[in-house]
Amino acid sequence: MATFSVTRPRKSRVLTAVMALYLIYTLVPLVWLVINATKTQPALFTTSGLAFGGPFALFDNIGETFTYDDGIFLRWLGNTLLYVVAGAGGATILATAAGYGLAKYRFPGRRAVFAVVLGAVAVPGTALAVPTFLMFSELGLTNTPLAIIIPSLISPFGLYLIWVYASDAIPDELLEAARIDGAGEIRIFLTVTLRQLAPGIVTVALFTVVSTWNNYFLPLIMLSEPKWYPLTVGLNQWSAQASGAGAQPVYHLVLTGSLLTIVPLVIAFLLMQRYWQSGLSAGSVKQ
Amino acid sequence: MTSTAVAPTPAPPRRAATARRARRDWRGWLFVAPFMLVFALTFLAPIGYAFVLSLFREQAFFGGTTFVGVDNYAQVLADPKFWDSFQRVLVFLAVQVPIMLVLALIAALAIDSARLHAAGFFRVVIFLPYAVPAVVAALMWGFLYGDHFGLAADLNHLLGRDVVKPLSDNWMLASIGNVVTWEFAGYNMLIFYSALKVIPKEQFEAAAIDGAGAFRAILSVKLPALRGAIVIATIFSIIGSFQLFNEPNIMRTLAPNVIGTFYTPNMYAYNLSFGAQQYNYSATVAIVMGVITAIIAYVVQLRGSRKGM
Amino acid sequence: MSRIHRRVKAAVAVTLAAALAVGCSSGADGPATGSQDSVDAALKAGGTITYWSWTPSAKDQVAAFEKEFPNVKVNYVNAGTNKEQYTKLQNAIKAGSGAPDVAQIEYYALPQFALTDSLANLDQYGFGAFEKDYAPSTWSSVRVNNGLYGLPQDSGPMALFYNKEVFDAHSIAVPKTWDEYVAAAKKLHTADPGKYLTSDTGDPGFATSMIWQAGGKPFVSDARNVKINLADAGTKKWTTTWNQLVEGKLLAPIKEWSDDWFRALGDGTIASLVTGAWMPGNFKSSVPGGAGKWAVAPMPTYDGQPVTAENGGSTQSVLKQSGNPALAAAFVRWLNHGNGVKPFIASGGFPATTADLNSPAFLDQADPYFGGQKINQVLNDASKNVAKGWTYLPYQTYANSVFSDTVGKAYLGGTSLDAGLNAWQQAIVDYGNQQGFTVSAG
Repeated sequence: MATFSVTRPRKSRVLTAVMALYLIYTLVPLVWLVINATKTQPALFTTSGLAFGGPFALFDNIGETFTYDDGIFLRWLGNTLLYVVAGAGGATILATAAGYGLAKYRFPGRRAVFAVVLGAVAVPGTALAVPTFLMFSELGLTNTPLAIIIPSLISPFGLYLIWVYASDAIPDELLEAARIDGAGEIRIFLTVTLRQLAPGIVTVALFTVVSTWNNYFLPLIMLSEPKWYPLTVGLNQWSAQASGAGAQPVYHLVLTGSLLTIVPLVIAFLLMQRYWQSGLSAGSVKQ
Repeated sequence: MTSTAVAPTPAPPRRAATARRARRDWRGWLFVAPFMLVFALTFLAPIGYAFVLSLFREQAFFGGTTFVGVDNYAQVLADPKFWDSFQRVLVFLAVQVPIMLVLALIAALAIDSARLHAAGFFRVVIFLPYAVPAVVAALMWGFLYGDHFGLAADLNHLLGRDVVKPLSDNWMLASIGNVVTWEFAGYNMLIFYSALKVIPKEQFEAAAIDGAGAFRAILSVKLPALRGAIVIATIFSIIGSFQLFNEPNIMRTLAPNVIGTFYTPNMYAYNLSFGAQQYNYSATVAIVMGVITAIIAYVVQLRGSRKGM
Repeated sequence: MSRIHRRVKAAVAVTLAAALAVGCSSGADGPATGSQDSVDAALKAGGTITYWSWTPSAKDQVAAFEKEFPNVKVNYVNAGTNKEQYTKLQNAIKAGSGAPDVAQIEYYALPQFALTDSLANLDQYGFGAFEKDYAPSTWSSVRVNNGLYGLPQDSGPMALFYNKEVFDAHSIAVPKTWDEYVAAAKKLHTADPGKYLTSDTGDPGFATSMIWQAGGKPFVSDARNVKINLADAGTKKWTTTWNQLVEGKLLAPIKEWSDDWFRALGDGTIASLVTGAWMPGNFKSSVPGGAGKWAVAPMPTYDGQPVTAENGGSTQSVLKQSGNPALAAAFVRWLNHGNGVKPFIASGGFPATTADLNSPAFLDQADPYFGGQKINQVLNDASKNVAKGWTYLPYQTYANSVFSDTVGKAYLGGTSLDAGLNAWQQAIVDYGNQQGFTVSAG
């Protein structure tokens, strides 16, 4: 085998430099956000957006973000956590089970399932907004957490991902062996499948966590009271407060709040990434 | 050496008793049912309701609903606002999706190539924008686009002329395209990267034995392996483009004269419902868009997968 | 005639006379008015109501109200600023549930909710008796189609807010007529291309107020029939003047209420604003760089005679969906005709009540932001000079939402506003007819 094989090439500085350009592109808006979250509101209006200016007020801003309006931001944070844990958690479970079912069982209607799911996703969300709102209104669910959680339970992309993973990562022989040993289907799912699918599940969890964390459109329509808002809708309200008669601009809180909204996801990704990475290389080799 | 298929294929039939196989067939529903039940409630029922709505016409102010059959559909197909918005997302799709996917592909290949210093760092940072809610992304880019105090203004000062005007009529679609690319390239990069990560090492070793260099390996091993992922990423990106709503809607506050109420079909449907209270017509617009999107997505899927899914 | 018969006749006569007396004293030419007894009774009985509002002082008002009436609980919800709240209100009304008991509604949006029978008519509680306590322009805004649908919370008579420092630096005299205003715009922009006399990138509220001031009456309607004429004499008066600014590119191309806009007001890029009397509060909270530099003058007019228009302002209304309308009405009465008014003014609101508008304390207030000027005197005069006879459309919120699609294009291209207004007219005529109104143009 050659010294520099495709499996162990040497690092390229040129490539790194080129990618660094992409990195800068990615980071510029975020850097803007961090810089301006450190400013007081008057400083925001008078200093340049791309440089620090005025007194350093990051910690003051953070404190004010958490205490403004009787700590509604904390409430919004709590709501978002609720929607994410219930919504993304539930979505991951449903997608895992359904993806496994699609991959490993040749049941009648199998081909139709994914086509229907994809077709339904193709319909713009606005078509669903009013009917869903009216339906949920009949059921008395509008303006409650369930109105946000239930629709979040469907992740078509998660379904697809688990389907692919399960097809690849779970050998039929493994399932057969377990069946011969007398295990029921659900037992097999819980003990054999989940272990094999772990990296895929973590990936789906990551994507669903991000998308429920950032869910904006549906909560905007379903919720009429701030006490149930997730962070995205709450930030939007703070942002809109700046205009019109009797405005109460809180730009500095919008910026600081935005920063605080992003940080947990970054941490979650870093944590999940380590777990996911170690699982991936182990699960791919077949006998 | 057993061959390992990269695209998902159903497992070959076992030499098991027919009775056992038949029982197993239906058990699939056990696992798929929870998903489909919630799906029926949150997607199928509202779509059905929307379809029913599209066959009627109600006058929001005075009540009174009349059955109009396909009148609404005829109206949509003759509606210049609808076609204006449709054309716009078509252009958007044709330009933004390829750019974004190529960017994501290059990034994924670069990170996977092990030739990059600090690959892990790149992977995290490039994914970051996906973690940013659209509201915040629009806020940040909205500032940067400001041609009085933003980055655009600074560029204009540098160039000495008023050239960069991201929020003007000519540039707006590209500016929105930029925000969407910024937001989702990392997400697509991760999809490609995951697909690359499951390529069995044997394939690389085989290629190396055959004397392939780095680029050859990319072409003959990695890209084919990515086929499925590219197809699905394309499909979801197409759907996303046709449904474009969040970014233009939020940036509308910055430039309402450029981004009107029917800038994209989804915005049109939204404003018909929530601004004009014309729920029936709104449902019709959305269903027409949904059908068009589904057809195109299906076509892409057919052409994209040799073996089918 | 039997004695009983005579007694009955007398009783009827007395009742009739009483009814007539009540009818006359209320000053309303509407249906017979009720009395405030049921409202007072509901207040005593107590209960819970929900209140949607984005007024900054709403929280304090609610707290004060609950303190004064401990057996009433008010669930205060900030459901978003105007457009967002109206969407939620519309959704709740359509769904038949979820609406609050009391909601803040701006004057331009009131006809829409009133004419669709979503609001309680407050005449039944005798609130018509309060007419003399309010500035006439605000009262005519809460009277829709002979019904009373709210009590005015504030008003927004327009005035000219100008940056004295910039005016003095460029030797610009405060314009009294619109011709002088246009001339000043040219002078300023020529002397310093980085400065503009004012900003306007297209706002339906501003456009309608300007047409109002010019004497236009483009929207005439009752519950079912609507006449729209956005090319009438008053409208033309406005466009003839304003086209000079639009086509001459003399308007700052900075979107109102944006970050850039506040900065521009602070650093002199935008040298004046023609807007409602509630603007000082915004200056103080969002334009720190302008402190001490701005002043207030009467709005310029076409012939030099004082006349103004209202821009913005809201009322609180009782929703028909309310489970306790009498209690809700009691809250509205307290907010805008009782002890709720003081906290509102204290937080910077501009009053609609004549007592407060004319009080010496109010008029003599020297405002440090405006260089110590007694701005309320100018604003009070503006309130007295509002042109009469203006009405909004029964679907004004929709009309405003498509303003940028139509008139906005004229602003975008720097072309004549008349074509844009024509397009707007077309769009809203079509819409009205689609929605079951009988709409005619011209």
